[in-house]
Amino acid sequence: MNFRLRVWRQKSSDEKGRLVDYDAPDISPNTSFLEMLDIVNERLIERGEEPIAFDSDCREGICGTCSLTINGEAHGPSHPGAACQLYMRRFTDGETITVEPFRARPFHFIKDLVVNRGALDRIVQAGGFISARAGSAPEANSIPVPKHDADRAMEAAACIGCGACAAACPNGSAMLFTSAKVSHLAFLPQGHPERVTRALRMVSAMDAEGFGNCTNTYECEAVCPAEISASFIAKLNREFARASFAKKLGD
Amino acid sequence: MIGTLDSKIPPGPLASKWANHKDHSRLVSPANRRKFEIIVVGSGLAGGSAAATLGEQGYNVKCFCYQDSPRRAHSIAAQGGINAAKNYQNDGDSVFRLFYDTIKGGDFRSREANVYRLAEVSNLIIDQCVEQGVPFAREYGGLLANRSFGGAQVSRTFYARGQTGQQLLLGAYQALCRQITAGTVKMFPQTEMLELVVVNGHAKGIITRSLITGEIQRHAGDAVVLASGGYGNVFYLSTNARGSNVTATYRAYKKGALFANPCYTQIHPTCIPVSGSYQSKLTLMSESLRNDGRVWVPKARGDKRPPEQIPEAERDYYLERKYPSFGNLSPRDIASRAAKEVCDDGRGAGESGRGVYLDFKDAIARLGEETIRERYGNLFDIYEKITAESAYQRPMRIYPAVHYTMGGLWVDYNLMSNLPGLHVIGEANFSDHGANRLGASALMQGLADGYFVLPYTLPNYLAGEVGKRPGTDAPAFEQVERDVRARVQKMLDVNGSRSVDSFHRELGLLLWDKCGMARNATGLREALARIPQIRDEFWRDVRILPQKNETYNQSLERAGRVADFLEFGELMCIDALTRDESCGGHFREEHQTPDGEALRNDEEFASVFAWEYQGNGAIEPPKLHREPLEFETVQLAQRSYK
Repeated sequence: MNFRLRVWRQKSSDEKGRLVDYDAPDISPNTSFLEMLDIVNERLIERGEEPIAFDSDCREGICGTCSLTINGEAHGPSHPGAACQLYMRRFTDGETITVEPFRARPFHFIKDLVVNRGALDRIVQAGGFISARAGSAPEANSIPVPKHDADRAMEAAACIGCGACAAACPNGSAMLFTSAKVSHLAFLPQGHPERVTRALRMVSAMDAEGFGNCTNTYECEAVCPAEISASFIAKLNREFARASFAKKLGD
Repeated sequence: MIGTLDSKIPPGPLASKWANHKDHSRLVSPANRRKFEIIVVGSGLAGGSAAATLGEQGYNVKCFCYQDSPRRAHSIAAQGGINAAKNYQNDGDSVFRLFYDTIKGGDFRSREANVYRLAEVSNLIIDQCVEQGVPFAREYGGLLANRSFGGAQVSRTFYARGQTGQQLLLGAYQALCRQITAGTVKMFPQTEMLELVVVNGHAKGIITRSLITGEIQRHAGDAVVLASGGYGNVFYLSTNARGSNVTATYRAYKKGALFANPCYTQIHPTCIPVSGSYQSKLTLMSESLRNDGRVWVPKARGDKRPPEQIPEAERDYYLERKYPSFGNLSPRDIASRAAKEVCDDGRGAGESGRGVYLDFKDAIARLGEETIRERYGNLFDIYEKITAESAYQRPMRIYPAVHYTMGGLWVDYNLMSNLPGLHVIGEANFSDHGANRLGASALMQGLADGYFVLPYTLPNYLAGEVGKRPGTDAPAFEQVERDVRARVQKMLDVNGSRSVDSFHRELGLLLWDKCGMARNATGLREALARIPQIRDEFWRDVRILPQKNETYNQSLERAGRVADFLEFGELMCIDALTRDESCGGHFREEHQTPDGEALRNDEEFASVFAWEYQGNGAIEPPKLHREPLEFETVQLAQRSYK
């Protein structure tokens, strides 16, 4: 197959970026999107040109490192799935494909298609954990957890932290990401002691990073490679309201 | 320079060694802990859990990872599960049985005391993870569920869908985040360790490079903990993440740490077959699939009919035929070799003939598609994305691929290398899996080391090291930083014509061919002759673009890693050649039983091979140190899964 790529090239945040056209001829339909970029890069190096910088690591859709906006969609046209799970057979021969980085205000630009998503880590650091010191845990079966709750917790915990939700959202909101962690821990009895502070702190960290708010466009759910449901955002809102009340009462 | 290797295995009966050892290890008081700086390299299950736990105890920790977030370490990709001897299934499991299965699975090439300790702390790990909020699979009554894995006749594997590694890592990551907020752990993402700093014979620091800016930095610590994972990417194609590398452990080796059993590599039997030369990595299909999937190939050579047209009577369910009692759940090394054997015999599936079927037809008929979807849905989805085929309709095609490395830096019972202060945990060390790792044991070992072993053994070293942390202006730091800068510059200055990846691919193909699933002396000698040539060519002709250190430079990052693989590959082949026996994943074709199983030679080789760096190439071969393995409890026997 043959493709024409329009790729965002930008040396650093101090310099202006632009879309540059590259030909990608002779690509097998069984090549993954990232392998296609590898091939393009090999050819660039051969010609003595600087390869396109892009992020990837596990290349099987679980580490959340890859972060490409392909033809205007976070992770490209094949949902659910990360960009690394996208195969060229999904495109038509001769197609022009535009490749840009994930864009959201809190994602600081690094180079070409690479951005820094440390803001997501800082939201978790604000309270996305259960304070359980190693060595202090009770026997694992001493607290039964209804299967339904454990399954719901797992659905939320499946988030891979890629940030596609924020990149796809017209408001640059990270509500889907934040709601997944808040919901995961709220579904489990072990998460209850810190339920109030967790919801409040994570939401305020999210705001402080400069992420926008949710206006129910559901772009996040549409692009999420881990199929995190937007209904968790409703849960986050409930958890936040509950926590705000509880805090008022406590005061 | 190095005398006899002292494994420091505590005296006393096997079952009480660890308790006695803990009772007599030195401690550091809570008030003194904050005076220590601990460097942890890697943030996966081992590094993440160790950094978090040491932070909880009050030490100051600096944790480094090359990924942009500690949550992305490659432990995240582990699918199937984690073993523990809880015996929730009431099916006869115990600490002793988990110990015995693990040591037998490793083909009697690991230390009894280490493996017993691993089995002993396995239950604590499950308790800890549940308390952290890891959403393990549960039964309808709300209690934890289990499944079976290879090499065991009990059901002791805990799991979270097919994403157990992800959930366990997120548990450790969240504990780490808590410590980052508490100020005990300082995290350095996108920062790669390029060199170890040794001061007065003790590991006291590292030199790092920021992957974003190229800045080279010095970090001093009272101890250095390497949790940098395995070296499977030496083969270029593996199930490892693209960035996984040997640099941290290999650099430590060049600074005097011994590298043990580098030839013990695990080839996982169930991966999606290679489809083209452009391929950048291989994808694993969890071993848990073998609980319900049946492995087969056509009975007739060259039978190219689609699988659904091959009648039952013309199929060879070769694992069930050869190993009736373990069947499809035979250990990984055995299942991989059996797949190679049938494909070598011309009975492989698919266009390339390098594949076997993993068939769920019977399981779907027995349990219904819904149950199969619940158990393995995400794995079937991954398979369909890559191959455009549905495993609900037709059997998966699978083939073995490099997955894990049992070899690693040599450590004693305290997980400390022969270089005092240098501790090595998780896949990066050599100690617990012998010559073959059983499924669901890697997650167990990573977390055992990080949560429950190192936090007890590290203080034993630190207690004698109060106030000995050097400043980063010490001459050793000066010198090592100079060396690092010179090496980076030398690489950039080559300005040749070939890409970094082309060298990596060439090395990988060579090693897969000569030091892969089966090895022999002739092939290994050929590899040993060829590797130095590829290495020379690399240093003469590699092209790194942009040609600059002080920038985000993925070419340069990879070049450094590939340069180390080009040296390490040689060490691996030397070890494989010297270990003139077959054991576990190390199959020397010269040594096999009449029915093609690995034939060990316990008299000569029941020992750990630990290599000391002397220089590269045939001129200065590494020096071999042997640590004899003493078996007090188990009887050495030929492994039988029949």
